[in-house]
Amino acid sequence: MSELRDTQDKAGGSGGAAQKRMATVRPTAPIVPPANVSGRALIIVIAIMAFLSCLTAGAVTMVRSTASAWQSQISRELTVQLKPVEGLEMDSALEEIRTAALAVPGVATASIVDRAATERLLSPWLGDDFDIDALPVPRLVILTVDENNPPDYDALRTSISNAVPEAALDDHRAWTDRLVAMARTMSLLGLGILGLILAATAMTVIFATRGAMAGNRHIIEVLHFVGAETGFIARQFQKRFLLIGLKGAGIGGAAASFVFLTLAAWQAMTRATPLNDQATALFGRFLLPWSGYLWIAIVIAVIAAMTTLTSRMTVIRSVREIDRLRADPSLLDFN
Amino acid sequence: MIHFENVGLRYGMGPEVLRDLTFDIPKESFQFLTGPSGAGKTTLMRLLFMSLQPTRGLIRTFGRDISTIGREELPLLRRRIGIVFQDFRLLEHLTTYENVALPLRVRGKEEASYRSDVIELLKWVGLGERVNVLPPVLSGGEKQRVAIARALIDRPELLLADEPTGNVDPPMARRILSLLVQLNKLGTAVVIATHDLTLMDRFEARRMILADGRLEII
Repeated sequence: MSELRDTQDKAGGSGGAAQKRMATVRPTAPIVPPANVSGRALIIVIAIMAFLSCLTAGAVTMVRSTASAWQSQISRELTVQLKPVEGLEMDSALEEIRTAALAVPGVATASIVDRAATERLLSPWLGDDFDIDALPVPRLVILTVDENNPPDYDALRTSISNAVPEAALDDHRAWTDRLVAMARTMSLLGLGILGLILAATAMTVIFATRGAMAGNRHIIEVLHFVGAETGFIARQFQKRFLLIGLKGAGIGGAAASFVFLTLAAWQAMTRATPLNDQATALFGRFLLPWSGYLWIAIVIAVIAAMTTLTSRMTVIRSVREIDRLRADPSLLDFN
Repeated sequence: MIHFENVGLRYGMGPEVLRDLTFDIPKESFQFLTGPSGAGKTTLMRLLFMSLQPTRGLIRTFGRDISTIGREELPLLRRRIGIVFQDFRLLEHLTTYENVALPLRVRGKEEASYRSDVIELLKWVGLGERVNVLPPVLSGGEKQRVAIARALIDRPELLLADEPTGNVDPPMARRILSLLVQLNKLGTAVVIATHDLTLMDRFEARRMILADGRLEII
């Protein structure tokens, strides 16, 4: 540019002492403007959709974990019921059942529900003053199984009935099957709702990103005409829209996490109150397992990636459109 | 440098707006492209800039048939051409300095390597005091000069200027012309599309006159 300096005066530059000073320039601004109205609107839209998606993802994780907890709790326990029969010595029979059960591999513990505990169980229906010996009340032995190495239920049943033929083993299978079916239905329903919410989020994010990109088409054109390659232009927009996506999805995800943490804290602080009991009975514990937070992180990452990818695709499409106009002038709105 | 042979162009099924154009733009040459409004000056500039392809005929740019140039190669070839758009096409969120530096930025150059060149060029076009100003604040003439500086910053082999004096008063028009003449003396071929006869009278150069889609060269 030194040749230009020599010609400056001849060209009649607005010269003077001021021009001789070396100008200071501000730090270079990004090629894609950092914030405008459509960018802010996009952050809000992404935040709302991310909030709904993360809330659904968290709720589904919570339902799945609660359902599996019920299932494992019930299937971990077995009950042996012994009805009073004429001539049967109840206490020794219960002890025989306990010994026989413990001899089967996979049975972790076996505990006899003693008379006092049985009375406590029945007192809500029969009152505190009833005589347990006067009624044909069945007695129970509760077995817990090793979940990693469950027993052979048929062998256990045979072993118990060999020891005490009047004893009946209840493995809760009917309950468990029903609960498993219900848990699976709830999980599938939750996953279906999550799928719909994620699809709606994807569509909303894609269209909102395209809308925000529409206001930047002139930048793509100028960059294209000053010799920028498509990859360069795409990278400029990707960087900007990745930030927008992360910001929006981060706000939504953080808000959803805050909701779960607040509900869990409320539940912990108001234990044993009617409202809490009611809420716990209806929704279970609001405590989100770590996998729930992992899902929230995944939703944030997917939304940010979707925003980035959409901006890249829009740039590529815009450049192709400019090229298409170049190849087919009839598509141009002439003058 | 650029060769047109029997070039014709029509939009859709309409009549040909450019017919049988055959001419050359030699290296380091200076020419005015003129003609009445609607004669097709802007269309011809687009053909020269490779932002349009002819419907018939042959255009060779820097020795390459433009109909065979691929999408990926086009930006690299365009870097050898500077263009001043009639509507400037400045990015409004970038300062004068940043707009002028844009072509170097997209070529991946470090700011430290071009900073002084950009400032020098801005001084050369008389905008040394407007380095940090955003385009909305600039006058029409200043925007025009920013657009010219942006087109020149990477020392193109060919400069295309579409009505570069269309938005400025006569003294500024003379000054812009003077800048372009100086640039031409430094080795850049220049094509100025204009219908300003006074401007053309100020500098003796080849005149390409478009009328009814045909080209006459004086």
